[in-house]
Amino acid sequence: MASISDDRARAAAPGAAVERAPLRLPKGWAYLPLALVLLTFPLYANGFWIVQIGAYSMILGIIALSLMFLAGYGGMVSLAQMSVAGCAAYFFAILGHSSAEAISLGWSAWLTLPLSLLIATAFATMIGLLASRTAGIYTIMITLAIAVAFFYFTRQNYDLFNGFNGFAQVEPPHFFGLDWRQPLPFFYLTLVVSALCYAAVVYLRRSTFGLTVQALRDNQRRMRALGYHVTGHQVAAYAASGFMAALGGLLLVWLNTRISPGTIGVGPVIDILIIAVLGGLRHPIGPFVGALAFVLLDNFAIDLIDRERFNTVIGLCFLAVVLFSPDGLLGLWEEARAALTRERRPRD
Amino acid sequence: MAERSSLSATGLSGARLSGAGVAHALRLEGVSRHFGALVALDAVDLEVTAGERRAVLGSNGAGKTTLFNAITGDFPPTAGRIQFFGEDVTSLPVHERIRRGLRRTYQHSLLFRGLSVLDNLYLAVRGVSRGRYSFRRPRRDDAALRSARELVHLVHLDHVAGTVVANLAYGQQRQLEIGMALAGAPRMVLFDEPAAGLSARERRELIEILRSLPRHIGYIIIEHDLDVALRVVDRVTMMHNGRIFKEGTPGEIENDPQVQQIYLGGGHG
Ligand SMILES: Nc1ncnc2c1ncn2[C@@H]1O[C@H](COP(=O)(O)OP(=O)(O)O)[C@@H](O)[C@H]1O
Ligand SMILES: [Mg+2]
Repeated sequence: MASISDDRARAAAPGAAVERAPLRLPKGWAYLPLALVLLTFPLYANGFWIVQIGAYSMILGIIALSLMFLAGYGGMVSLAQMSVAGCAAYFFAILGHSSAEAISLGWSAWLTLPLSLLIATAFATMIGLLASRTAGIYTIMITLAIAVAFFYFTRQNYDLFNGFNGFAQVEPPHFFGLDWRQPLPFFYLTLVVSALCYAAVVYLRRSTFGLTVQALRDNQRRMRALGYHVTGHQVAAYAASGFMAALGGLLLVWLNTRISPGTIGVGPVIDILIIAVLGGLRHPIGPFVGALAFVLLDNFAIDLIDRERFNTVIGLCFLAVVLFSPDGLLGLWEEARAALTRERRPRD
Repeated sequence: MAERSSLSATGLSGARLSGAGVAHALRLEGVSRHFGALVALDAVDLEVTAGERRAVLGSNGAGKTTLFNAITGDFPPTAGRIQFFGEDVTSLPVHERIRRGLRRTYQHSLLFRGLSVLDNLYLAVRGVSRGRYSFRRPRRDDAALRSARELVHLVHLDHVAGTVVANLAYGQQRQLEIGMALAGAPRMVLFDEPAAGLSARERRELIEILRSLPRHIGYIIIEHDLDVALRVVDRVTMMHNGRIFKEGTPGEIENDPQVQQIYLGGGHG
């Protein structure tokens, strides 16, 4: 039954309509070329490109994706995602093997791997419990405070975290008889984990859990009035995204073969935010786009300007994207597409 | 979780038949709410029987919305006791009251603006059932999803079921707001000015929706428009300055000189 007149359709919320419409990206087969490029990348790229650009971008992408899930869907901007990743990395080194033989327990990877993921997820859950008492800018503040506290704690604690030095010679487990440190296996391992994380977020968005996370962003008071325990759902969101960040953290420590406070300092913590915002928070592909742009800038801006100015360059890029495209690089893509469509159909 | 029992029979048994054989769905005793020095609700006593339909009338600022906020726990009362189907819910958090069968709409729509109409109603149904934390997507024949579709139909939004709420017309948002309160198995619904800002036609539809509700669902409706209010309720409560000053049938209220002076004469809108 056609009941309600549409005469006030636009009056309802001017501007709000565009604000959250789902970002429209190409569907299905359009991704085939991209998949082919990614799968065949190691065939024509050298070791540096495979690992330092390819794998590293994907790892930062996974950690930024965990932030995108929390912030883009849940409206909770946590600066502690890198700390959670670092926590997983640290405990993989502490429980398993490293150069710091006095500390590392030398347990089997079959144990260290799930345990470090578990501990990092528990850490994320605790962060969620603290952060869920806050909203907006205060969430950013408290998670930044946690990140900074964790950084100083690892730097000053020598019994467990080996202080300033951290852990070196942390290697990926040798499962399936492969040396996962080799560029090729490591690239594909990272690719598979990235694809799984990406697929998980795409799937979760339409799951009951994902819908509740988006509801957290839109209206917590209404959620309560529907029977939801809001804090519970917030903490669950932190835990789920923390698990993803932890996966990224393990890959990161395998890539670097070391973990030290420098990896989880304020700089890297902010980098994750920059990457997520640079790429775009409205679609799970955004963080990977942002990470690639970030890593490329990180490696090649040095050819244009001296090393010291990298932060200036990334800062300016960040500013430009935020100013001209609130939806990050993804938003630029959409605008370009919209412009093209307009050209094709001038009288729309 | 605890809501399984609460949704079924809690409170409907013995406690329901308190008083002189009257089933009290809601009982407020000396409920007050202060905002700083402002007394928005002043020692309010209120009793609503199960399945009863009640209107709360009063000029702007009379404390009607504050009364709803106290009942649901959005802004818990600073003094007094609230019983819901015989159970003292005064200190329960909002979601626990909702899981016991209480529902509400908001005067200014509070919806999930980034989600579709169907998603909004699905979340409404899910909120009072199990599986709130499910990592799975609801299957096509999922019971909650089916109830959500029925709600979409009930509030006449079938043609915009997939539309993101931010893109809905105002009237449609108001209708969705009502749908959100009817999810699950409500025992009592609080409607806060559902007709405000609606066209004449939308008002007629609203009345139709309210009348089509199953008789066992009681509700309290805040409504400025007497045409709407008096046509859909059994009893009327009048509020002024945070107090209840009159209660009666629609007929009694309509003809009461004091009511006409304070409510109809005093500026409202
Ligand atoms: N959250 C709040 N903070 C401070 N004052 C409030 C709040 N909510 C309501 N009030 C005040 O309480 C009084 C009653 O408001 P309200 O219940 O909204 O009236 P009504 O719904 O009858 O128009 C008003 O004076 C209003 O300003
Ligand atoms: Mg009001």
